[in-house]
Amino acid sequence: MATFAVDKTKNTIRLTAMPKVLQGLTVITVLGLIVTLYLGYFNAGTDIQQGEIQRIFYIHMPTFFGAFTAFGATVLGGMLYLAKRDDKWDRLAVAGVEVGLALALINLITGSIWARPIWNTWWTWDPRLTSAAIMALTYAAYLMLRSGIDNLQTRRRFASVYGILAFSTVILTLVIIRIRPDTIHPVVIGASPQNAQGSFEATRGVVLALLPSLLFYSTIVPITLMWYRIRLENMLDVLEQKKIALLSEG
Amino acid sequence: MNTPFFSVVMAIIRKDLQAELRSRELVATMLLFALLSVLAFSFALELDRLAREEVVSGVLWVTVIFASLLGLNRSMSIERENDSIDAMLLTPIPRSAIFVGKLVGNYLFTATVGIALLPLMTILYNINMLNLWVIATLLLGTLGICITGTLLAAMTVQTRAREALLPIVMLPVVLPILLAAVKATTGIINNAPVSDWQTWPQVLLIVDIIYLVLCLLMFSYVIEE
Repeated sequence: MATFAVDKTKNTIRLTAMPKVLQGLTVITVLGLIVTLYLGYFNAGTDIQQGEIQRIFYIHMPTFFGAFTAFGATVLGGMLYLAKRDDKWDRLAVAGVEVGLALALINLITGSIWARPIWNTWWTWDPRLTSAAIMALTYAAYLMLRSGIDNLQTRRRFASVYGILAFSTVILTLVIIRIRPDTIHPVVIGASPQNAQGSFEATRGVVLALLPSLLFYSTIVPITLMWYRIRLENMLDVLEQKKIALLSEG
Repeated sequence: MNTPFFSVVMAIIRKDLQAELRSRELVATMLLFALLSVLAFSFALELDRLAREEVVSGVLWVTVIFASLLGLNRSMSIERENDSIDAMLLTPIPRSAIFVGKLVGNYLFTATVGIALLPLMTILYNINMLNLWVIATLLLGTLGICITGTLLAAMTVQTRAREALLPIVMLPVVLPILLAAVKATTGIINNAPVSDWQTWPQVLLIVDIIYLVLCLLMFSYVIEE
């Protein structure tokens, strides 16, 4: 697969093949998906109380940490953009938001599917659920803010500022089950709140399926997806340049 | 107290206060809105006494946040409309002084409205809210709202959607403040033991400090032209 990239020094467009590392990452991602699904579906034992539905946890929790990584990349990209004013850091920030938003939505949807049989409802206004939903909405607001600004430099600056500020909702979602005792969301690592419903023990089988999945979803998946997204953003920039060049000729 | 930073801050506060004293535009709008909102809530939630005790702090804080949105939008669009922000940027003054000046002005107005709500809600909901700790929580909470709000309003007035965008970008960010403030206020007005709610004003203070540092650092990026 080949694509366009901007040669900064000459400001001309040339074709670059997909980097070898990205090819490798793509292969690892596909294999990782298969392996983690296998571990969760077949290797881990069935939960005595919850049955098969508990297996969704092996995707549910790791995707949140994937979103965490991606939103963390947005903070990093934002800070570096404000310091260095290099467009590539802003591309990292956008990629982080879009990938993180997708993973956060998977996290919300899988949680909802699990909650239907266990809590007997698709959705409840639990503190954890509410803050997770607000977190997703914050990053949707980030995208709205971006699209509301025409000037490219201003857009990148404001997006960087907001991307850094928005991370507070991610931290809130992370700590809320530990500071609000009235949540019914279970805590798997450490003691669950008293009224948590649907908790289960982190036994050896659970850990064996969870740990690889957690590592995979919080590193390889967001990094690979963000890389593709950054390349897409590059291509869009090239397209924009071509358009401008063509229009100025005509 | 005579450093350039401090005199700039004081000058901006004085300007905002003077404009407000002459027009009475901001506080009057916010106060009227807050009054209507509290009345609307009391009609919309037909509550018995027990239920009222549970929700009244939520009503207070949602009202304060929405009222602050009105004030923040107006306070920043005034600077935009007459290009006075550009004039301020032309002068050799620290950007963070502009932020602190606007922040203190916004804070004075919002906190005034918030405190004015307390006797009003005491009467309307028949729950005593005139308590020093409630006032302290209110001062801490509105400070956090104004810190993030001043930064974000400076951004959104420069966008195409203008006023419409501020609630969307601000509400998620002030959520930690709303959470801590509501928890603290509920505990205080229900006469819960101090140990039950004392962590929440502390959480508010910490969140305020974090936001203040972040927003002070980032404000110069928001208004550069």
